[in-house]
Amino acid sequence: MIGYVLRRLLYAIPILIGVNVFIFTLFFAVNTPDNMARIHLGMKRVTPDAVAKWKHEHGYDKPLLFNAQAAGTQKFTATIFFTKSVPMFAFKFGAADDGRDIGQDIKTRMLPSLALAAPVFLLGLLLYITFALTLAFFRATYVDYVGVVLCVAMMSISGLFYIIGGQFLISKLLHLVPISGYQYGTDAFKFLVLPVVIGVIGGLGSSSRWYRTIFLEEMNRDYVRTARAKGLPERIVLFRHVLRNAMIPILTGVVVVIPTLFMGSLVSESFFGIPGLGSYTIDAIRSQDFAIVHAMVFLGSVLYIVGLLLTDISYTWVDPRVRLS
Amino acid sequence: MMPQFTPLWTDWLIYALLLIIAVYIAYTRSKPHLLAPWRKVMRSPTAIASSVILLVFVTIGLLDSIHFREALPQQNNGEKTVYSAEIISLFDRMATPLRNHVEKTYSAPLAVNLFAMESVEQPDGRVARLFPRLKYAGSHLGKDIEHSTRDQWRLFIKGSLWGAVIWVLLCLVLNAALASHARIDFSQMARRLWRGDTELPWRTLLLTIGMVLWLSAIAWQIAPRYHLFGTDKVGLDVLYLALKSIRTGLIIGILTTLVMLPFALLFGIMAGYFKGWVDDVIQYIYTVLNSIPSVLLIAAAVLMLQVYMDLNKDSFNSVVERADVRLLFLCLILGVTSWTGLCRLLRAETLKLREFDYVQAAHALGASHWKIMTRHIVPNVMHIVLITITLEFSSLVLAEAVLAYVGVGVDPSMNSWGNMINSARLELAREPMVWWPLAAAFVFMFVLVLAANLFADAVRDAFDPRVQ
Repeated sequence: MIGYVLRRLLYAIPILIGVNVFIFTLFFAVNTPDNMARIHLGMKRVTPDAVAKWKHEHGYDKPLLFNAQAAGTQKFTATIFFTKSVPMFAFKFGAADDGRDIGQDIKTRMLPSLALAAPVFLLGLLLYITFALTLAFFRATYVDYVGVVLCVAMMSISGLFYIIGGQFLISKLLHLVPISGYQYGTDAFKFLVLPVVIGVIGGLGSSSRWYRTIFLEEMNRDYVRTARAKGLPERIVLFRHVLRNAMIPILTGVVVVIPTLFMGSLVSESFFGIPGLGSYTIDAIRSQDFAIVHAMVFLGSVLYIVGLLLTDISYTWVDPRVRLS
Repeated sequence: MMPQFTPLWTDWLIYALLLIIAVYIAYTRSKPHLLAPWRKVMRSPTAIASSVILLVFVTIGLLDSIHFREALPQQNNGEKTVYSAEIISLFDRMATPLRNHVEKTYSAPLAVNLFAMESVEQPDGRVARLFPRLKYAGSHLGKDIEHSTRDQWRLFIKGSLWGAVIWVLLCLVLNAALASHARIDFSQMARRLWRGDTELPWRTLLLTIGMVLWLSAIAWQIAPRYHLFGTDKVGLDVLYLALKSIRTGLIIGILTTLVMLPFALLFGIMAGYFKGWVDDVIQYIYTVLNSIPSVLLIAAAVLMLQVYMDLNKDSFNSVVERADVRLLFLCLILGVTSWTGLCRLLRAETLKLREFDYVQAAHALGASHWKIMTRHIVPNVMHIVLITITLEFSSLVLAEAVLAYVGVGVDPSMNSWGNMINSARLELAREPMVWWPLAAAFVFMFVLVLAANLFADAVRDAFDPRVQ
């Protein structure tokens, strides 16, 4: 088991290198460091000295991928790619273009993100599975039919509609909770209620329908027929047999998301003014800050790979037949 | 004078897509085993209803994809024809009144006055605060403006009557055609149709067409004379904006999957077929792409395009062409982020298929790898491709709105529901609030996505062997 985990973590290294190369190429294929400097210093009337100074301060005064003037291994290490990518593997993210420490920012912003994403995830999972099981229990009746129609209608509505509509109805018309903003500590509750509820409702349609499909697929199997044949009530069949066996497909989709909960949600964080990583990323995208986007991409990839690993480990936990070696 | 035909990049791709569809239809027509699932799709009432709606959207999108520049009126004879610098589409031409009736600023749906008060100088020199008359809405009434509501009701009834007449004619023609085809009485056929007792759901088809005819006849009567959905901040007709956005939505939904399809097919099948190091390399590529958060990847790519466009301003002749290149690029990058899912499905299916007896037999008979892949594997994975395309469509249309909000969507000058929502979302905070641009964008998006979802479900039910 430990050997398997270690091997998987080693496999992650080439993938992370690939991610870095890809994002780096994408950024610098058309953009030059000079250009970046000019964007940040303002496009007009920038002296070459100012550009050189900016590049030196932010570490962009080296060749991109290959340094022909340096000697030995320096040919590869004294480049922008090397100096910007390698510290990432030690989670040293460096400074943003405005001079702030990215690592520190990420640490402080992780909590609000998690405070929003974790409840959405947990409540959502509970609600969707309950709803889907109800639909599966009443399959091929009007309850099921109405439920599926509801799901299809709900998944056809833009997520932005739930956010804008919810903010309008709850905060503006009824004045129940503040429209946006955030406070640390227990006061965060009143700011988080609405985004959490909206987040859960927003995913109801597609997720419930997906779980319902999984349950129905399981219910057509032989062991379910056997369970019914030996006289078990439908309730027990559903909860003790179907739900457990449906865990594998459910875990495949669910566990991989858990680590990325830290990354927060781009849209709802910025709509509700929550100072998490999602709104941080959006701000970075809007101000074209390569350092932050690069750091977030790296972090996202690491968390995704951890999620894949966790998924595999969780299989052994729900299915004794699965052995990792 | 003939206008000058100036297709954009995305237009060419749409024409190519039409060609592919035409070839597919021609190929499928003579193959009963390929037609069978489509027959099953057509027997489903929801599929028929949603495909009527989709067809309406597609028609508008296609009309909006024929771009040209109009010839300017000639000054004196003998000179070369001069063309307008503005690129417009056939749809723009048909919706000329909607396009040209630009008011000053916001006006509510069907209003004849502006939404905001203004100081207007009266003929006698005094300045009064009032809601000024709109320049175009209700202008045909002249002084009779108090009766605008009555006029709108008149137009509504006129439109409804027109819609009803056309619909009844259509029903009669269809009934006659069906009756002669089934060799039964006209009235007998009508009774069957009424009860819904036909193999294909003709009743649903007629009802949906009736709804569409009714709504479009009303719009056709009212829209040129009033602003049916009001006007936006700069006075543009919201109905026109929403209709123009259809093309953007369709292109993002369809072209994205189209551009990713060759890669997903080639890589997915190669990985599953050859296994070994080919599989390893391909899996590596898609794990790398998958592990980058997709919004960030799209954002980074679009930002780079922005920089590129700022550096090469001269290579684009007009705003329309610029926006079009950005749209195409957005489709490409969305394709890059979404092909991995299909690729993985195809790889898994190919892994299964390659062990089947008929593939082994083909191999033993000396068929080349290429031939086995194209002849024996590709046709047997096409149902996965089709199901994925239809399922992906609606999520892409919805994703466009989110990307526009993040600031990495289509060009801000391009009409899209995402841009409409993005520019209108602060208007709810106004007092009194402006709700119609948002509502129009959400309603249009909802109708398209709902129709696409229902259609995709029917396609999956008909094509997925696991469901049968």
